Amino acid sequence: MTHWTIAPVVLPAMMAAFMVLVLRHQPVLQRVFSFAGTVTLLVIAAALFWNASDGTVTLYQLGDWAAPFGIVLVADRLATLFVLLTALLAVLVLLYAIGSGWDMRGRHFHALYQFQLMGLMGAFLTGDAFNLFVFFEVLLIASYGLMIHGGGPERFRVGLQYVVFNLLGSTLFLFALGTIYGETGTLNMADLSQRIAEIPADRSAGIRVAAVLLIMVFAVKAALLPLHFWLPSAYSEAPAPVAALFAIMTKVGAYAIIRMYTLVFPPDLALTQGLFGAWLLPAALVSCAIGMIGVLGARGLDRLVAFSVVGSMGMLLTAVGLFTPAGISAALYYAIHSTLVTAALFLLVDIVRERRGARGSDLVAAPPFTGAALIAGLFFASAIAMAGLPPLSGFVGKLLILDAAFDDPRVWWVWAVILSSSLVAVVGFARAGSTIFWKSHAAAETERRDPELVPPLAPPVLPVIAIGGLIAALVALTVLAGPAQRFLSATSEQLFSPEAYVTEVMETPGKEITHGYEYDAELEAEAETDAGGHD
Amino acid sequence: MELLMASAIGVLTAAGVYLVLRLRTFPVIIGTSLLSYAVNVFLFASGRLVVNQPPILRDGVESYTDPLPQALVLTAIVISFGMTAVAVMVALAAYLSSNDDHVDDQPAGLGPSIRGDSDRGDG
Repeated sequence: MTHWTIAPVVLPAMMAAFMVLVLRHQPVLQRVFSFAGTVTLLVIAAALFWNASDGTVTLYQLGDWAAPFGIVLVADRLATLFVLLTALLAVLVLLYAIGSGWDMRGRHFHALYQFQLMGLMGAFLTGDAFNLFVFFEVLLIASYGLMIHGGGPERFRVGLQYVVFNLLGSTLFLFALGTIYGETGTLNMADLSQRIAEIPADRSAGIRVAAVLLIMVFAVKAALLPLHFWLPSAYSEAPAPVAALFAIMTKVGAYAIIRMYTLVFPPDLALTQGLFGAWLLPAALVSCAIGMIGVLGARGLDRLVAFSVVGSMGMLLTAVGLFTPAGISAALYYAIHSTLVTAALFLLVDIVRERRGARGSDLVAAPPFTGAALIAGLFFASAIAMAGLPPLSGFVGKLLILDAAFDDPRVWWVWAVILSSSLVAVVGFARAGSTIFWKSHAAAETERRDPELVPPLAPPVLPVIAIGGLIAALVALTVLAGPAQRFLSATSEQLFSPEAYVTEVMETPGKEITHGYEYDAELEAEAETDAGGHD
Repeated sequence: MELLMASAIGVLTAAGVYLVLRLRTFPVIIGTSLLSYAVNVFLFASGRLVVNQPPILRDGVESYTDPLPQALVLTAIVISFGMTAVAVMVALAAYLSSNDDHVDDQPAGLGPSIRGDSDRGDG
């Protein structure tokens, strides 16, 4: 089991390099290798998940160097859960990209896709804060390439905004890491959790600044209000499969908040009392409200879905912002749900956009297109899940969040905002769905049908399988809500009692850094033996 | 020396933030570069400022400079270099495809040419 922990990082990295160097001009082979690689990744992820599901914390020391000086990867329940979710999403989205031909509208789609996966997997598995930064950069630089895949003026302009926003976020991340290193002298997460607990209250100014800087960085990634401005345009202009894969990118921010603020800055830490706990929840509630109002106000289906991402991230971070075990486990359930449903919606938007000719994804009536009934059905199911109506997993997730908020003094705020924003979302999605799918027949009667405007395309098979797979996963998440909830509670318990994690990281032996070179020490020992040393 | 380092970081950051807020591609890219210089110097200083000492931990060496921030800075330099290159390419593509070098969204109803006339400052 030892080297498997790093396999989710190494496999996509090798695959991407192989595709750039060897398969540069063989699109079919690229597809085959990319898909095979991603499926293998899913199998490995499932194995890691299975291994960690009994509470084992698996440590991987790179180059066998012991923490805190060596870099470590740690596979615990939380990390492997997100690795598995990413791998599952990646397989389905890749199916869509291949089936819809998106991957051939520009060059290097598959290589960038694999690099993106490498960054994501690394970010979830790493046990070192600086490594987290490096993997963030890997996934960001791949996402810049994917974001502008296919080209076009609008996409380049929005892509530039996205790049600049994230460059500033990265700078802030480095400032935060520099402050943390200056204050504690380490960047290993387990080591940090021990050292920060020992900082006396009168010397806490630096680490308090670092804690706030760091949560701002992750809030940028998670599109928390007021740092969400990059998201709606970027997600609605990105190529559909990329937008669907980006569904996991906002969750990286949420993951990092959950990881760092349970392990390194736990909620009961006296040093950081009242720093982020006080405003994370209100900010999350505001972004929940703004996102769902955006759903109501959007003039295009793509922006509507992008705003629903802001809203669902707000919902997720509301649960995180409670900083209780129940809140975190509800947040994790909602994170899985929201990733799958967001991806499904972005893919559906693309199918609609491709089939409505000049009208694209604007919310105006257009003549119906072939296969609209199937697409409408899938959209209906996804919209129900996203808005959080029964019977799909959105409802379960929302219920868990509402339930977790019971013990919090701000429970009425949470309930009021979540319930009313859900209502707004239902109205927004219903309006959009009826305009796109129902009013189409009325439009067909008043308007002569132009075969060039509306290509009579039946929904292709692979994309529908991909979307169907995402919705099937949602249904599975709903049906298996009980076992899933038990697992997620266990995950959250593991997060709130990080002793096992810290012990595993800090006390597993490995090569130690000695004062002086190891090689020299051996030589000196030999020299001493030769000279009949004194001991 | 602490004063020099601190003010250098401060001035670089301030200039970087100002340039980023100009919202035209060229100043924005220069601004992010300045910010990345600032953060590199900051990272370097996070291991405490020591002059004329080796970055090596050995037996018998009592005073040394912390080697880890230097490794971190190297990584950060490489990453920011790559990122700046990507930003330049995307900015060029955005400018060449729409003939407009504004980073922000255009107000509704104003085309690129109109934006150019009603521009603020010297650009």
